[in-house]
Amino acid sequence: MSGSKKVQLHLNVNNEDMHVLVESSKTLLEVLREDLTLTGTKHGCELGECGACTVLKDGKPVLSCLLLALECEDAQIETIEGLADKDQLHPLQLAFAQHGGLQCGYCTPGMLMTAKALLENEARPTRAQIREALSGNLCRCTGYQQVIESVEEAAITIEETENSAAGVKS
Amino acid sequence: MSHREYSSDTFRIIGKPRVRIDALSKVTGQTLFADDISLPRMLHCKLLRSSLPHALIETVDVSRASAHPGVQLVLTGEDFPVEYGILPVSQDERPLCRDKVRFVGDPVAAVIACDEQTACEALSLIDVSYQPLPTIATVAEALQATEAPLQNYAEEHNIHRRLAYSFGDVDEALAQADHVFEDTFLYEGNTHMAMEQHASVAATDPDGRVTLWSSTQCPHYVHRALAKALEMPAAHIRVIACPNGGGFGGKTDPFNHEIVVTKASMLLGRPVKICLTRQEVFYCHRGRHQVTMKFRTGVNNDGKLTGMHLQTLLDGGAYGSYGIASTFYTTALQPVTYQLPRYSWEACRVFTNKPPSGPKRGHGTPQPRFGQEVQLDKIAEKLQIDPAKLRLGMIAPANSLTCNFLKVGTIGLAECIDRVVSRSGWKDKHKKLPRGRGVGLACGAYMSGAGTAIYWNKMPHSGVQIKLDRSGAVTVYCGATDVGQGSDDVLVSLVTEVLGIETIDVKCVTGDTDLTPVDLGSYSSRVTLMMGNAAIEAAERARDLIASAVAEKLEIAVDHIGFAERLVFDVEDPNRNMTFQQAVICAEEKHGTMATTGSYAPPKSAARFPGGGVGPSPTYSYTAAVAEVEVDEASGVVEVTRIYIAHDIGRSLNPVQVEGQVIGGVYMGVGEALMEESGSRRLPPKLSDALVHDNPSMLEYKTLTMHDMPEVCVDIIENPDPNGPFGAKEVGQGPLLPIMPAIANAIFDAVGVRVDEVPITPVKVLKALEMQAAGHDARVGPKAFPNIEWPQAMFVLPPWEGGDGKASNRPERKRAAKMHTMDKVKGASEQT
Repeated sequence: MSGSKKVQLHLNVNNEDMHVLVESSKTLLEVLREDLTLTGTKHGCELGECGACTVLKDGKPVLSCLLLALECEDAQIETIEGLADKDQLHPLQLAFAQHGGLQCGYCTPGMLMTAKALLENEARPTRAQIREALSGNLCRCTGYQQVIESVEEAAITIEETENSAAGVKS
Repeated sequence: MSHREYSSDTFRIIGKPRVRIDALSKVTGQTLFADDISLPRMLHCKLLRSSLPHALIETVDVSRASAHPGVQLVLTGEDFPVEYGILPVSQDERPLCRDKVRFVGDPVAAVIACDEQTACEALSLIDVSYQPLPTIATVAEALQATEAPLQNYAEEHNIHRRLAYSFGDVDEALAQADHVFEDTFLYEGNTHMAMEQHASVAATDPDGRVTLWSSTQCPHYVHRALAKALEMPAAHIRVIACPNGGGFGGKTDPFNHEIVVTKASMLLGRPVKICLTRQEVFYCHRGRHQVTMKFRTGVNNDGKLTGMHLQTLLDGGAYGSYGIASTFYTTALQPVTYQLPRYSWEACRVFTNKPPSGPKRGHGTPQPRFGQEVQLDKIAEKLQIDPAKLRLGMIAPANSLTCNFLKVGTIGLAECIDRVVSRSGWKDKHKKLPRGRGVGLACGAYMSGAGTAIYWNKMPHSGVQIKLDRSGAVTVYCGATDVGQGSDDVLVSLVTEVLGIETIDVKCVTGDTDLTPVDLGSYSSRVTLMMGNAAIEAAERARDLIASAVAEKLEIAVDHIGFAERLVFDVEDPNRNMTFQQAVICAEEKHGTMATTGSYAPPKSAARFPGGGVGPSPTYSYTAAVAEVEVDEASGVVEVTRIYIAHDIGRSLNPVQVEGQVIGGVYMGVGEALMEESGSRRLPPKLSDALVHDNPSMLEYKTLTMHDMPEVCVDIIENPDPNGPFGAKEVGQGPLLPIMPAIANAIFDAVGVRVDEVPITPVKVLKALEMQAAGHDARVGPKAFPNIEWPQAMFVLPPWEGGDGKASNRPERKRAAKMHTMDKVKGASEQT
């Protein structure tokens, strides 16, 4: 049996406090998928090469396969399971669905989380900025073009929603 | 019969941009891939893989591993006496090697333990004693005599198979041509690199039945392999194909790990899971064969081809896999793209101590397509004919037979060429851009499904069942497997269209050998066409049952019954209607429990010669592409700035998905053209001298990132094909084919050098530029095709020379036919 020591860990995942007893050698990816059954986060290499396991740690995209879970004590972790607000899909999710931003869907969770971080820092990114931000997320199906278009569409939707909300307030 | 006119004006679902049915599940992370499955009491499996490329196994001592705490079971080759393999002619694999290992990565033993970490620890406690054998590292070595061939069924040395065919007298056709072009090309092997690593979970029930969930493109073939390798009735085995996280051909073989976990689960009575590491996925391979090619092509001054002689040599790696089929495919489809009056070919596949090659997107056809399209560019250059015009002059007529007896249906290639030429501004760019920038054109054609099953049988290639009941719910069942291409969406949309309901009303159950009728699998671009036709048949039968009941109830003539907007109505007076649910209730009252089936088998092939089963398809798609490149002469780096592509799809069922498939094909093509390569190298002698994979990681195996991907301008050409579901043809593979040669041709247009090899790396470009600067022939590529002793060619007379599709080796017939046939060929080509 593997002899790795078990350690108590506190994480906030998708706005829920989680206390979990984990083997100290486990990565954040393993804890999310195996201990917390959040299998929406995928893995394509477990070596930090493909981006499929991207989640947000304190708002920043991280490769969960390269991060020890213990490095995430008290951190705010966002995964694909928390991207929708209950039954309200995030504009990125809708845009990917509508514009062919996914095919097999395996890289999609990582792609969406990276894109979310991008749009939170840059409301209307240029194509070059989208390419830069998402270049660490590999996809073998789509050829990326419809992914880029999806991110652009989502940015427009978010901006329009915010503008109309601002309009209502004023 | 109910009202059954379909046209693009009346389609409600088909042809409309639509969110695919599995999209929301995928964007929320809810889709369960194989590795997402976790079952109570589940154990984990890891495989010990050979560290030597070629060796006899002397002993495998598992005693220390078995004693390791947490280990439940250790299996070796002794536990698996029966061989299996995808093709009936090459049953050469074992779940775990028994006597011999044939490549670094061949599995030798399996550990099943409480967790992956423990299983990995135990692997290091297995003692294997090997007796090394000489390594066959290259095709050249494989062609030479050896004392230790990899496979005992090799024809000779390490030659797996040699094939030779002649469709008409090609020597004569070349002798009579105004010009004969002779060119050799090399296409390096590359791999699928689907984002999802292969994973499988097996669970046994107490009655002795077993279920395997797996990331497989072909649950039916896995089902057959399990039954054979485990020597148990197929009826007691259930294979469920999980949604694949990409396949591209890499999950079409039945895999050793699938059989191992199934056996382990049965022995332990507990669920067992395996998930391959990325490195293991690279070693599993089954990817694109490295192919060396030589083309000898006769051309007249007007640009018409008189005949072609093609030779191909494939590096098959260590096992058969789909290799015989791959070998045929390096030759069989050449006459589909362009009319060839006469055609002869020889093909040879060899075994080497490398991961097995197999089918990757385009299966055996991208390599010769690259060669022919680059050669056509050279021909156009020499004859001073525009490359687009040259190709337009050699397109076969629709609904014709090729020289090798393939039945071609609709051909939209001329329209594809016209479209990319006009959209790219070809006429203002070709030969007119400043040095360093260039455009290149190429075309391709691909099957919409293999006309022959992997194993000989007379049963349907795809079956669909539909269940309807008083709830108004419709469930459609089919063995087809969604590998990301959207086949579930195709299935649901076709049924939805026919029954006049909404996609949310139709549930689909796919890829489950217990529940779904057989579909052969997601390969050869067969699913949309074959499953689609079966689905339409099943749905129309359901509609007819409903229509007859509603006609009776509402007293309407049955051929006046229409289905739309969840209503069943009188097409003359739509106010006379009932809801779809009420209509199903009527039908259940009249007919009893409601279920229908549909099945599809491809039309009979016209080829009646042995080997004619590879190549026939119900219909073929066509594609043309123009690549725009910039070549940096200082670094040799080629940047593809834009791809213009037009694809003849027959009918586009969901334009969003179709465009995605086209762009995805372009993406993979640009990667293959410029960087993707599955290489091998020897470890230093001080280590082991073993032949290992050169780049078994996603960092080392170069693919395009979002940074590198050019803009793609897509045109979809729609000309419904009578053999396709609502006229649809394939799109998953064809669009890849023209990309590599279009880029090579664009590089020539930009800087005047020929790289007759794929991938076209900066090193090769620089080398060609240096040769050019030195005043030499600016070409990088193989100098010659190896000498191979070919068998006597099977001779088949082309249809226009009086051939009936049967083989004939009678030279007198050949000679007698010759004289009057050339006139016929000329007549036939003039008609086009």
